[in-house]
Amino acid sequence: MSDLLLDISGLSAISLREGGNPILRDVSLSLKKGEVRGLVGESGAGKSTIAKALLGILPRTVKVTSGTMRFEGRDLLTMAPRDLSAIMGSDIALIPQDPQTALNPGRRIEAQLTDGLRLRRGMNARDAHARALQLLSEVHIRDPERVLKAYPHELSGGMRQRVMIAAAFSLEPKLVVADEPTTALDVTVQKQILRLIRGMQEAHGTAVIFVTHDLGVVAKICDSVTLLYGGKVIEAGPTADVLADPRHVYTKALIAAGPRYDRPDAGLEPVPQWVFDQLHQEIRTGAKEILHG
Amino acid sequence: MAERLITATGIEVTYGNRRRGGVKVLHGVDLHLDRGETIGIVGESGSGKTTLGRALIRLVDTSAGEIRFDGKDITHLGEEAMRPYRKRMQMIFQDPMASLNPRHSIRQILAGPLLFHGLAKSEAEADQRIAKMLDRVGLPSIVLQRNPHELSGGQRQRIGIARAALLEPEFVLADEIVSGLDVSTQAQVLNLLKDLCRDLGLAMAFISHDLSVIRAVCDRVYVMRQGRVEEAGDCATLFDDPQSAYTRELLDAIPLPEVDADWLKDPEVA
Repeated sequence: MSDLLLDISGLSAISLREGGNPILRDVSLSLKKGEVRGLVGESGAGKSTIAKALLGILPRTVKVTSGTMRFEGRDLLTMAPRDLSAIMGSDIALIPQDPQTALNPGRRIEAQLTDGLRLRRGMNARDAHARALQLLSEVHIRDPERVLKAYPHELSGGMRQRVMIAAAFSLEPKLVVADEPTTALDVTVQKQILRLIRGMQEAHGTAVIFVTHDLGVVAKICDSVTLLYGGKVIEAGPTADVLADPRHVYTKALIAAGPRYDRPDAGLEPVPQWVFDQLHQEIRTGAKEILHG
Repeated sequence: MAERLITATGIEVTYGNRRRGGVKVLHGVDLHLDRGETIGIVGESGSGKTTLGRALIRLVDTSAGEIRFDGKDITHLGEEAMRPYRKRMQMIFQDPMASLNPRHSIRQILAGPLLFHGLAKSEAEADQRIAKMLDRVGLPSIVLQRNPHELSGGQRQRIGIARAALLEPEFVLADEIVSGLDVSTQAQVLNLLKDLCRDLGLAMAFISHDLSVIRAVCDRVYVMRQGRVEEAGDCATLFDDPQSAYTRELLDAIPLPEVDADWLKDPEVA
């Protein structure tokens, strides 16, 4: 049996709002069971669009024009709505960027954490409560009873993100889409959350699509990486290969643009205009992406 | 010998009703800045870095301590007495979309302060200075007719910088000004800011949560934690040999773009 979980092939999409502008151009990527793949790029690269397409939450202004997204062999794009909603939240779950807006401010954590367990898994209130407690301790929340009774605003940003991780893993998904889950957090909290996501992912054998703009975060948590620009895959492969031996000039330039506290003389190199010119040329001609390994 | 521009001693800031106790967010901060020097103020959310910056330029009131600007005690100057100092200390904001008037054209945004502070005697003189500054920050003159929302994030931040620099201040406060920008744009904006400070002899307090950005831009750095200075010093010394465990923890938590299987296993920040 194949251990391929997700296979996106030739995915193209346009924005109806911007006069049919392409926002994804022939994107292909795949994910094995238990693999963590980073989707990385600057704003407008298309990384969030891919994440939204995976979750079936593309805005009405975005239209997929071609391609397939096979999850365990079945194309998510052509699946009947009933089948799709059976998968979403259950087999494919989301860790959002901003837990503040993802959580309902008027409901206690317990209600929000047990919805899925009761509706999707048919648990009664007592079993769901017990499972929720177990999930919160699994994400290293020390006082789970108190947190279950709390409203979102009573928790810190890091605590809220732990709750979201517990919720995402609550139905034992096969794939978790993490959409910039640490962008709003302080660095020390970010490190804790990254460690937590990696730990949960390893313990449950869950595959993760990790959307980020930070190559440093990719280096620390992702097994493989797909770098996008303007809706097109530029370079992809095992993280170690892509970061240690970047072959595309844009990948090299992005690494050189980031400042580093340990190398005051390196970094802060602006990406030269000719690199963007080359990228636009490659987009026009549909040049092939660079694939490692 | 460098000339001292700002000396802050024992700064305390309390928010809320002081009679009911209020919330003290700065607990006695000492800080100094020479002419032409760039200092970094770094810390996590709630550390007081933004409040400290705002206290320095008298945007928030200090409840104790003293702020000297160019030798004068400005701690309790009234609005009228502060006015001559306002032009000499400028601020660049985190979110230019929120700090630039959306109904004004870029030309109005840039000309307004010049005319208000009397740096330009006429509209024509203002336009002349603006044209020079736009060139300096690398923007085409076509942006003058645009409104802020028609520019990209990087362009808007250049306008924020141009607006501040046009007044020829001696001190600029830059609060998280690149945190919303992509890394390629961030490098351009930071390089521009460094060049401007050097060419105009500007002193700058650069507030950021990002220690890598601080190191790239600043001469000295203050590490803030819970309203106090945890550690301060030359960038070279502080980054290469941090004395405080907290500073080390902050540095260790920064993910550098190199694969390191042990990084997430580190149990120190459990």
